[in-house]
This record gives sequence, C-alpha cells and structure tokens, in this order.
Amino acid sequence: MAAWQTFAYILASILFIMGLKMLGRAETAKRGNRLSAVGMLIAVIATLAAGGLDYTWIVLGLVIGGAIGAVAARRVQMTGMPEMVALLNGSGGLASMLVGTAEYVRVPEVPAFSAVAIMLTVLIGGIAASGSVVAFGKLSERIDGKPYLFRGQKVLNASLLALALLAAAVVVIDAAVIGNVGGVTAAFVLVLLLALALGVLAVIPIGGADMPIVVSLLNSYSGIAAAAAGFVIDNNVLVVAGSLVGASGLILTNIMCKAMNRSLANVLFGGFGAEITAGGAAAEGVVKPLTPEDAYFILEAAGSVVFVPGYGMAVAQAQHVVAELADLLVKNGADVRHAIHPVAGRMPGHMNVLLAEANVPYEQLVEPGDVNPNMETIDVAIVIGANDVVNPAAKEDPTSPLWGMPIIEVDRARTCFVLKRSMNPGFAGVDNLLFFKDNTRMIFGDAKATITGMVAAFKDA
Amino acid sequence: MNPLLLFVFVLAIFLGLELITKVPSQLHTPLMSGSNAISGITIVGAIIAAGEGGVIATVLGTIAVVAATINVIGGYLVTERMLGMFKTGKGA
Repeated sequence: MAAWQTFAYILASILFIMGLKMLGRAETAKRGNRLSAVGMLIAVIATLAAGGLDYTWIVLGLVIGGAIGAVAARRVQMTGMPEMVALLNGSGGLASMLVGTAEYVRVPEVPAFSAVAIMLTVLIGGIAASGSVVAFGKLSERIDGKPYLFRGQKVLNASLLALALLAAAVVVIDAAVIGNVGGVTAAFVLVLLLALALGVLAVIPIGGADMPIVVSLLNSYSGIAAAAAGFVIDNNVLVVAGSLVGASGLILTNIMCKAMNRSLANVLFGGFGAEITAGGAAAEGVVKPLTPEDAYFILEAAGSVVFVPGYGMAVAQAQHVVAELADLLVKNGADVRHAIHPVAGRMPGHMNVLLAEANVPYEQLVEPGDVNPNMETIDVAIVIGANDVVNPAAKEDPTSPLWGMPIIEVDRARTCFVLKRSMNPGFAGVDNLLFFKDNTRMIFGDAKATITGMVAAFKDA
Repeated sequence: MNPLLLFVFVLAIFLGLELITKVPSQLHTPLMSGSNAISGITIVGAIIAAGEGGVIATVLGTIAVVAATINVIGGYLVTERMLGMFKTGKGA
C-alpha cells in the first residue's frame, strides 16, 4: 500500500472517530454525521485511486447502489424508519459476507490465519444480513411481530452454531494443510448457509417490544463483520471503523437493556411475551370509558398535561395531531410535556424522531426521570398507544414479567387518559393494571381520530 | 494477513466503548443510523473484490458494492434527514 493511501485511510479513521463522538451530542450531531461522511468519501477515493482495478463493474455497482440508497432515504416516511434502518443494516452485513466470500474464491492459496478471518466475516456478516431481513419483516409487519417459539429451539440453534463452527474449522484446516486449491468447498458453502439460517433463527423468537434492542444489536454485528472483513483484505480503515461501530452498537444495546431492566441474554433467549399466562396476576376491576368530548372538558381545565407516546402513535400516524393538540393546550395556558420512554416504539429513539417530524419543540420532550418525581402534580397524563412502559405491574406485581422495569408512572397523575383501540394486551402480552385504576379513563378508538376530535372541540370552543 | 491488525482492532474496540457514554434519547436513532453508515466502510473491500479480476469474485464483488453503497448513501442521508428535523430549541 502506498504511503499516501495509508495517510488517506488514517485521515478517514480520524474523521470517523470524531464524527461518532459528535453524533452523541445534540449540539454537534449534524456536523458529526457530515464529518464521518467526508471520511467515507476519502476512504472510497483512496481505494479507487490506488489503481490496478478494473473500474467497469465498480462504477456500475456504485451508481446502482447510490441511486437505490438515495431514493430510499428520501422516500422513507419517518414512521417507517425502523424498517429502513434494519434494511440498511442488512445490506451492510450482506456486503461484508460477500467480500469474505469473494476473497476466498479469488485467492488460490489462502493462509490459515486469513481463512479464520474469512470464516468470521462470512459467519457474522451472514447473521447480520438475514437477521436484519427478519427484523425488517417484523417491523413492517410483513411477518407476525409475536415471538415465534418451538420446543427444542435453543438446542437447535446451539447445534446449528456448533455445526457452523465445525465446518468453519474444516475450511481453515483445509487452508492450513493442503492449501485452498481454488474454488469453493462444500464446507464453505455450509458455513454460508448456516450463517443465514442462524440469523433468521436468532431473531424470530424475539417479540415486537424488544425490537429496539435487536435492531441496535444487529447494528453492532454488521460493524464487527466489517472489522472482520478488514482482516481479510488486510486493511486498517475497515478494522478501525468496523470496531468503532461494533463497540458503540453494544453501548446503545446496553442502554436499551437497562431501560427495560433486563439482561441481554434474557432478551435474546427469553422469548419475552410468548407465554401470556406464564406470569402476572390477571388484572381485575372496572374499566371507565370516556368520550373525546368529555375528555375535552377535562383538558380545557388542566394546568399541566403530559403526553406519553408509544408504538400505537406511530401506527396511527398521530404525531401531527398530537403536536397540534399540544399547541392548543399551551395556548390555553397549560404546561405541556411529552414523556418519552427509551424503549417506546420499535427502535431506539423512535418517538423522538416522530415528534421532531411534527415540529414539537425540543423543550417539551422529557425523559421518565424528569416527570416521575412530581407526577402527583400533573393534571392529565395522555397515554397514546403506549402500554408496557406505563404498566404499574412493573412496581406492584413481583410475579409480572415486567417486574422491575422502570416505567413512566402515569398511574400517579391526577387523571390519566389511555387512548387505545381495544382492550388487547400490549406486545408483552401482559394485562395492564393501569386500565383499571380509579383515575384512569379509557378512550377507545383510533388514536388519530380521537385526538383530532379533541382538537376540533378546542377549536369550536 | 498482518498480526498488527489485531493490535489495531483491540485498541479500536476500547476506543469505541469509551467514545459514547451518555447519549440523550433524542439522538438514539441518528446515532444508530449514522454508525450504521460507517459500517458501510466494507465498501472498500467490495470495490477491491469487484475490480481485481476473476469472474466469480467480480460478480460477488459487484453485488457487494451495490449493497455497501446502499448502506453508505442511505445511512448518511436518513441520518441527515432526521437531524435536520431536530432544529427547534437548543437541540440543533
């Protein structure tokens, strides 16, 4: 590698590091993203300019991929962002897997150490690719979001993983002893197929409410796959950038797990929400329904209102009317805030993205810890399509699967409106004690229609 | 392959774990999609695979270039779009 190319890759690495750091702070996030994009451009140009390459297919690939990426990024709706991120992640994993495979096919005698790197790239890249596709399917509801469990699932997964590692070892030993004689061996194909199968099997048992954790974990995998590909083609910038993404993805995954008070192992293997009858006392009591018109009279008199959005707001595309209602309440003299639980929705930060799209002022967005201490002073808490993150069972019922999870304690507000389609339990499949509390009023129906009704009542008044 | 890469790998992992500590939840999605775009760095490997010859390697490499470019361009653009919405108030 020429010295100038090394310098270019170092510069790109520095830009990735600074960019990622700046992405973690609100004031600098935008600049951080652009810095890292410049780093990527430098890395690509340095690779292309090194020469010795036939550009025909490269340019074709860049043009096609660039067009697809640009159009998809512009067209995607904010409510569709979780699926989009999953797909982008899947394409990264797929690319790493193919890079590993191409290197294996191209080089006549792969040294044993490179063979190890190739097998890791194929294995991790393959899992990230097919796992992301399944996550995409669940998030876009093309396949059922419920956990898919069957007897012997863990044993099957463990056996397949062991088989994949065994086949990978055969490939490596082949390379070490007889030298890869060119061409793909059966063991290699087996590793590839098993990796894809494992990605599918790893994601299907995970329920919709745990998707934020899965999406950020898959993100981490595709970073590690890129780092492994760096070992394959002997390239520092891939190793640095891939490891950074792998590590930061783990940090985000950990933040999500903490927000649910669960371990990563529990999320990955627990099949949370599959066993509806497994735990938790059945909720008892009388549900008190309310019409949007009556809700208006309570809101009209309220001095402080907290909105608690959840996945249901995304499904109903209600973020714009929520913002409008919040605006009217502010004009009416109320103190308005939106309390966002870290795992509300289907990806980390999902609700923040939707409310930002609806131009909700940043100052109105708060975290659970900001509202919980003085919840008693809140006149009305409006829960829009959130369920598990407001379920008081988390602190009242030790037998509940939600026990110990930090929640937004709307049950302590003076009045709590719950906007919901029906009495079905949430994704976790757990009865919500909140619905039966004395100060809770259920407003059944489509969240968007309900809030539109309240907005109209305000405007008519 | 160069054993020094292992050294770089270990240091980069530790750097990555230190780099991001407390992230406001507003930035969770952009951080994820932005770092996702960085993992598209595998585009470098894809370009080399697509351009160094051999029919099968070229085919695999070209598909890899398409996939990695989708990851890179799509990832940076959606992140830019989301961050562009966070304009009101102090969250620039």
